[in-house]
Amino acid sequence: MKHLGVQIPQAVIIVFLAVMTGAAVWLEIPLTWIFSDALVRLAMNGVLVLSLVPMLKAGVGINFGLPIGVVAGLIGMCVSINFGFKGIGGLALAMTFSLPSALALGAGYGAILNRVKGKEEITATFLGFSFVPLMNFFWTVAPFSNPAMLWPIGGKGLRPVIGLKKFFAKSLNDLWLVDIAGVRVPVGFLLFFLLLCILLALFFRTRTGRAMTAVGESEAFARLAGIRIPRIRILAVILSTIIAALGICVYAQSYGFLELYDAPLMMAFPAASAILVGGSMGRHTRMPHVILGTFLFQTTYLISGPIANELMLPEVAEIFRLMITNAIILYALLYEGGKTK
Amino acid sequence: MKSVLRVPLIFAAISCLAFAFSGMSLSFVANEVITRFVRDGVMVMALIIPIRAGMGVNFSIVVGALCAQVGLILVLDFGLSGLTGLFAMVAIGLSLSLVMGIAIGICLNRVKNREMITTIIIGFVATAIYQLIFMVGYGTVIRPTNQEMMLSRGIGIRNMVDLEMFRGLLDRLWLVKLGSVEIPIFMVLAVLGFGLVIKYLNLTRLGKAFAVVGQSFEKAQALGLDPDMIRIKALVLSTLIACLGHLFYILNIGMLNVYTAHMNTDIFSCAALFAGGATLARAKVRHAMLGIVLFHSLFIVSPQAGQNVFGNPALGEYFRSFVAYGTIAFAIVLNAGTEKKLV
Repeated sequence: MKHLGVQIPQAVIIVFLAVMTGAAVWLEIPLTWIFSDALVRLAMNGVLVLSLVPMLKAGVGINFGLPIGVVAGLIGMCVSINFGFKGIGGLALAMTFSLPSALALGAGYGAILNRVKGKEEITATFLGFSFVPLMNFFWTVAPFSNPAMLWPIGGKGLRPVIGLKKFFAKSLNDLWLVDIAGVRVPVGFLLFFLLLCILLALFFRTRTGRAMTAVGESEAFARLAGIRIPRIRILAVILSTIIAALGICVYAQSYGFLELYDAPLMMAFPAASAILVGGSMGRHTRMPHVILGTFLFQTTYLISGPIANELMLPEVAEIFRLMITNAIILYALLYEGGKTK
Repeated sequence: MKSVLRVPLIFAAISCLAFAFSGMSLSFVANEVITRFVRDGVMVMALIIPIRAGMGVNFSIVVGALCAQVGLILVLDFGLSGLTGLFAMVAIGLSLSLVMGIAIGICLNRVKNREMITTIIIGFVATAIYQLIFMVGYGTVIRPTNQEMMLSRGIGIRNMVDLEMFRGLLDRLWLVKLGSVEIPIFMVLAVLGFGLVIKYLNLTRLGKAFAVVGQSFEKAQALGLDPDMIRIKALVLSTLIACLGHLFYILNIGMLNVYTAHMNTDIFSCAALFAGGATLARAKVRHAMLGIVLFHSLFIVSPQAGQNVFGNPALGEYFRSFVAYGTIAFAIVLNAGTEKKLV
């Protein structure tokens, strides 16, 4: 029964993907183009999806408060841009600058989630939702001075969308780009993503990592083993927040634009959906789930766009995405809910 | 008792402060608050019953709102107007809500203790299905009879549908003017009447059953009640009330924003209820009534206050979204904390 349940969302997505690929071939959309983009999108969104893993493992639930980590990453990137850093070094500095805020925000966020055991997901959702408008104040009044990121008229407050072309756009995307039979493979980008996956997998082999898994599996057992549960849970939340901050840096450099204000509001849902498609069921989450899930989910996102355009109904793609995203999360909630009873 | 009053007092204080800075006239604010009270009052009350039944905030009142919109669109499609149209849309909306309420209730019985996050996601899924039907289904699979409400490309309904034939049908009934403040007595009484009905409902056998199920399953079972069935009933009632509430809202505005009118109804209603002093364990009609007034006064004055104090109306906008989401987050955190102490 368990295996059947895990496979339903995957099966649906794979069938859906097959149908859409068929449609793409029929509509003469080049497959090499789709495949190149699918690889980019895997690495582009993969880190954000990866950021859900520590919290899932520690039993804190799906990180619907992803916007908090995203905001930390945005702060880091803004600081880096303000100094005018360029290229891959600029990106690395942006990631470094985002660490302190990710650490601080993650600690606060984790402390709050420790107060609401059993209701983490709904609390996280609203913490994320309320943090975004709070940060809108910051974006409006923050003392950044690089004119490329301020409103062109008036010169006060950050723009909602900052072009990264002059800074670090595509710096990871274009690292070691290899052309294999017409498919452009972003080797450096994929390696970076895989490296993060491996590092996180290695972390779960360490003492602290094992403690985290133990807390997720059984708190009673963890307590007997002398693990300080609140500490470990906060650590998991901090780790999730930091990876989310790195994730948005990766995402923004690939997208080429830095989106502020309300952009992070709904980012948690596609990420949650992707990891669930990969076959993650709560505590039993492994790196292949992240990679497979992101690939399947983002490829459906990718193909649905041009197909809908060919069919002259551009809105359909967005509606389908919304429906798939949330239907998968709903399915996972219903499936898991039935199990705990 | 003191802690119950804390949140409303904070809201009142901030509202007064923002009002002082906004420089708006009292009669303008009063008019707006009365309008919002009539528009959103019933919707907020849809949240009370599931909270009593221990299911938390029912964010899927969005589904009830969508049912109302479906009823309205169908009525327009068949070209019904006046009271016939009104009855038809209420009938369609309510029957659809009944089915949806049962379905959501069954879903929520599978996810005990995680109802709230599930209802949020249900709302998102329902929104997507609704958009698919009316943006794509209409004109391709479903043949519309009323071509006027279609987009010029022949597929999908226009974003804005005018409700000329229903405008002012009820909301200008018994209009009384007090100075420059207009009070639509009939509608205010209708909302208050709704509150009384819910208050009465809470005193009936069913209402008591909700409260017992909300306290503990074992107790309910010992009394010979079927908790799952009662939870489904609570959700059906909530969805039905939400459907009616949204009809109040749309008819008061006088036009339907087909794809966006239902959005955020759940967030704002929930924030209003908590602003009135409700908690996840205790929600009463008076919390809803007080909450609507407090929350919407803040909503009305804050952009102007932001403009006057900081020279930027956007700051006021951010502030009010923050207040809406933050109130809910605060209420959940606060309540989960006290719950743990009790155990």
